[in-house]
This record gives sequence, structure tokens and C-alpha cells, in this order.
Amino acid sequence: MDYQWDFGPVLRNLPLFLEGLAQTVRLSATAIAGGLAVGLALALMRLSGRRWLAWPAVAVIEFFRSTPPLVHLFWVFYALPILAGISLTPFLAAAIALSVQSGAFFAEVYRAGIVSVERGQWEAGRALGMRRGALMRRIVLPQALRRMVAPFVERAFELVKTTALAATLSYGELLYQAMVVVSRSFRPLEVYTAVAVIFFVLLFSASLVMRWVEARLSRGERR
Amino acid sequence: MIYQPDFTDIVANVDLLARGAWLTLSLWAIAYAFGLAAGLVLGMVRTAGQPLMAWPAAAYVEVFRNTPVLVQLVWFYYAFPVLTGLQMSAFTAAALGLCLNTSAYCAEIFRGGIRSIDAGQWEAGRALGMTYGALMRRVVLPQAVRRMVPAFTNRGIELGKMTAIASVIAVHELMYEARLLSANTYRPLEVFTVIAVIYFVVIYPGTLLSYRLEARLGRRG
Amino acid sequence: MTGAAILRTEGLHKRFGDLHVLRGIDLRVAEGERIAILGSSGSGKSTLLRCLNFMELPSAGRVFFHDRPVGTEETRGGATAVRYRERDLAALRRRVGMVFQSFNLFPHMTALENVMEGPLTVLRRGRGEAAAAARRQLARVGLEDRADEYPARLSGGQQQRVAIARALAMEPEVMLFDEPTSSLDPELVGEVLGVIKALAEEGRTMLLVTHELGFAYHVASRVLFLHEGRILEEGPPERLMKAPREERLRTFLARFSEFSF
Repeated sequence: MDYQWDFGPVLRNLPLFLEGLAQTVRLSATAIAGGLAVGLALALMRLSGRRWLAWPAVAVIEFFRSTPPLVHLFWVFYALPILAGISLTPFLAAAIALSVQSGAFFAEVYRAGIVSVERGQWEAGRALGMRRGALMRRIVLPQALRRMVAPFVERAFELVKTTALAATLSYGELLYQAMVVVSRSFRPLEVYTAVAVIFFVLLFSASLVMRWVEARLSRGERR
Repeated sequence: MIYQPDFTDIVANVDLLARGAWLTLSLWAIAYAFGLAAGLVLGMVRTAGQPLMAWPAAAYVEVFRNTPVLVQLVWFYYAFPVLTGLQMSAFTAAALGLCLNTSAYCAEIFRGGIRSIDAGQWEAGRALGMTYGALMRRVVLPQAVRRMVPAFTNRGIELGKMTAIASVIAVHELMYEARLLSANTYRPLEVFTVIAVIYFVVIYPGTLLSYRLEARLGRRG
Repeated sequence: MTGAAILRTEGLHKRFGDLHVLRGIDLRVAEGERIAILGSSGSGKSTLLRCLNFMELPSAGRVFFHDRPVGTEETRGGATAVRYRERDLAALRRRVGMVFQSFNLFPHMTALENVMEGPLTVLRRGRGEAAAAARRQLARVGLEDRADEYPARLSGGQQQRVAIARALAMEPEVMLFDEPTSSLDPELVGEVLGVIKALAEEGRTMLLVTHELGFAYHVASRVLFLHEGRILEEGPPERLMKAPREERLRTFLARFSEFSF
């Protein structure tokens, strides 16, 4: 193979990559926070025992779990403004779409965690005279949250990867910046390899940290 | 002001959407079949206890699981030809990316499934004088596959949603046709709503199936 | 009859789908009574106990607490049904303690925190006051030195004693014991029964579902024998357990061959 690797364009445009990385992190953090909030709301609606609350929640969860995130992005960016009579920046559109999309998945994590707390725990709390709010706050959630950590982290990683789709709305995250650099330098191999490496390092190191945290948590569970 | 939806352009271009849907299905079928087969091999390599083979397999799996699919497809379409001198159509690049991505996830499912079979089963097989291959085929996989079915169904659903990403490298699948139609007709609300519904109608039965499989597995314990 | 009725049921029925578990229970629990409920498995004895603090909602019939019916009758479309509001049930449960077969201690709290939990969140006591009271309750069940242990580090017998202390911390008017020793190893049964016996001697009102016939004989002031969802026979333990009238009760007692007075 006689191809001459040249990472010059990557190094020269390092500030652009760092800016892209910062935007990726910003969008990820916003969407994770949004997704956790949306997911909690959906899960509580679903578990409320009231049909008029549970049904819409189920519909949203099922719809967003069974359609591509790219469709959500396009729908929010191009279609929602027409319906709502507003205009959205690419960041806002991506943040909304990804929050609701991941919220549908987070909702299931919350629900599974809550449902996994044994019936005896609910009964013991009720037998003390606790009402639903106190029971959730004091007995169920503290136990459920621990079990939710691992699936939450997994979902958050999926979400970080999904943020790359925001490049299609010309939002200046990592992949989009890379596309800009490629169009100037004609060095797709080096640039896209660099992007892949940056994502890999970001996610893989984060996953190592989380594995360590989970190991500590599960030790806590056994105490 | 109330927006007046207009679906005539979509109805007029239904053949385009149908062609797109066909490509979407092809992408899905190719990547799913390849992903399952290659995933089985990778999963067995990772559990066989040969570090020299297990390490590269682990690296492969981690690379594909820790980078966005879109980056993978873009890489295979724009960067891979530079590296190898092979020119690929957008469809080939997308299929390649989705195949490898799916194989990495399937490898993890196989690995988890194989690991979940308890040591006593392995010992019983070895005590009968079975080779690794025979043990895997006759004892371990038949038990493990049943437990893996829900995870594979989920993978199929995720892959179905992933195919839409191929539109970014101009594979003329369903999402691409939708973007084209939306740009040409200035009817994004109608087009993307219809497309979302199409994806939902196709994928949701799979989601329901996975719920049912998970519930059945949960009951059996 | 002794004292005023704390709990009373009228025509209590409970169905689980097609299964008709309770078939009309009329029961009066007077202050200071110690009632042992006997019966073979499936007789409905646990369900009866669980209906008294509404762990299960009755399918028909009413429960009265200090002669006031629990739940409100509502007529909708000609049919009358009893509606049980969470608020009303919580208010009742505050004054009726329960001890479960499987302890159900909160695993994320220490023994002390388990005992403090009710006073703290339900009775809204201050933290210091709740902790001091919880320590007294733990001392009473002989576990003051294990106050800071998590349930996973305690033996089954110790866990059940903490669970008893947790119920006592609410200063309940009645205690419900649902087979409190059934999931314990035989050598741990004694310590739990000892604690319950001490409570009985203080004159506490209690209902006890148990398979420990000897214990029931010595501790109970009245014994009920349940069969197929009905109270088949009841009376003081000496009469009921030494001279049973019902054939079913006689065979039930005979099965416990090790049982001796």
C-alpha cells in the first residue's frame, strides 16, 4: 500500500475538533438531563394507575422506541416549526428530539427499576402507614435507583452516539466539524479516523469509569 | 392560522417511497443475517479462552460499540476507499458498516448467552469426552440460544432504525427518499409524519414480539 | 366480653379471581385480647389478618376500627361499593402494627433507621426523638448493640426482632403477626417467640397467625380455627385445643404429633 498518511489537516484544525467535541458534550449533557426528566414523567404517568395518564405515556414510549432517531430529528427540525409556528435552532431541535427519544427509553428503565422492588417492601411501608409519596421517596426509589444505574449508563452511552446524527441538521458537533475539515482538506481517511478515535476514547474511557463505579455500587448492595 | 395539510404529493410519489422501503428492507436483511453469523463466530472466539484470538475479537467489538454508527458509515464510504483503493457504492458501504456494527453487538449477545450456561453443563459434556465444537453445538448453544432470543429481537429492531442513517451517505432508502421528497415539495410536516408512521408500522410488531419473548423468558426464569 | 372493640369485621369476604378465600368472617377484637388464628394452609388465616390492615382490600363486608367503619360507601349506577381512600387506610395502619413472615426490613437502612422510619416519616417526629425511641425499642427486643448493622448482616431471628421493634415504634393499638417464625431456622424460632411472649405479658392486644401450637396455647387468650374461609370453631385455648368439638380441628391438631401441653 502506497498511501501516504498525513494527519497535518487534523492537527492544524485541532481547535475546530475541540469545538466540535465541546458541542457533542453539550448536546449529550442537555439531552441526558432532558431525557431523564422526560423519562421520569413518562414512567410516573405510566405507573399512576390512571388510564388517561397512562395511555398517552405508553403511546409516546412505544412510538419513540419503534422509530428511527434520525426521523425524530428531521421531524422536530422541519415539521414541528410548521405545526407550532416557531423556529428552532439545530441545537434546540436536536436537544428536543433526543430528549424525548431517550426519555422513552429512560422511562422503561425507571419503570423496570421500580417494579423490581419486592412486594414485601411496599407492604412493609404501607403497614407503617406510609402514603404513596413517602413510600416512593423513602423505600422504593432508594432501592430502585441503585438497580437503575447500569441501564441508565448504557442508555446514556447510546445517546452520546446518537448525537452524531445532529450533524445532519448542520449542528456543529464533532462529526459536522470533521465534514467541514474534509471539504477543505480532502483528507477523509485521516479526518474520519480521528473522529472515530475521539469518540472511542471518550466512550471507552467513560465506560471503564462506570464499570468501576458499578462494581463499588454492587458491593454496597451486598453490605 | 391553522395549517392545511396536503398529502397529494406524497400519494403521487408513493412508488419512490416503495422503492426506498425495498432498499431499507434489503439493507436490514443483509446486515442482520451477516451480523448473526459473524457474531456467533466472534462470540465463540471470545469465550474459547485463547487470548491471542480473544483480544483482537474484543478490540473489534469495543471499537464498533463505542463509536457512532453514522461515523462508521461515513468512514466506510469516504475513508475506506482511500485506504484500500476500492471504490464502493453508497449501498455497499452502508451494508458493510451495518454488517460489522451488528456483528459486534451480536457477538456480545452470544458471549453473554454462552457465559450464562453454568459450569456443570460444560463439565458434564467434557466428562462424556465431547470436543469443544461438539459441546458448543450439542449442549451449550441449544440452551443459550433460547435465552438470547429476546436480545436478538431487540438487535433486529435497533438495526431497523439504524438503516435510516444510510440516507446520510445518499443510499436511496426510505429516509433518503423522504428527505428528497420533503425538499422538493416543501411539505416536511406531511412527509416526515408519514415516514415516521411507516417506520412505526413496520417496526412495532417487532417491538411487541420482543416484549412477549421477554415476558416468556421471565416466566421460565 | 372484656373491653371495647378495637377491631371488628362484619361478613368479610375476599376473592382472588375465582378463588373464594374468605367466606363471611365476623370477628371482634377487644382491647387486651390475644387471639391466635389456626388453620391449615389455604384456610384463609393470613388473608384474614391482611384484610384487617388492608394489605388486601375486602371483596365484601366491612371492617370497623373503634366501631367506625373503614372506607366510605358510594352508590354509582344503582350499585353500592365501598371505596377505600389511601388517606383513610394510612391513618388506620398508623395505629395497627404488622409483622410479616419474611420480615421485609428495608435493606438500604440500618436496624436503627428501620425502626426510626415510621416515627420519622409517618408521625413526623424529630430525628433525635425518633432515634432515642428507636434505641429503646431495639433494647426491648435485645438488639441495642446491633443498631448500626444493615439487615443483610443480621440473622433471620435478629431481623424479625428488628421488624417487631419497627412495628412497636409506631405505638400501635393492635399488633398483627403473620406467621412470624415460619421462615426461620428452628434454632432461631425461640428468640422471636420470647419477644412476642413478653409483649403478650404486657397486656398488648394482638392477633397471631401461627403454626406454633404450643406457643398459641400458652400465650393466646382466645383461639380461632379457620377452615375454608370460615371460623369453624373458637374459644379459650384450654377448651379448644384440649377438647375440640369439630372433627376438622381434631384432625388438624392430631397432625402436630410433637404438640404437647
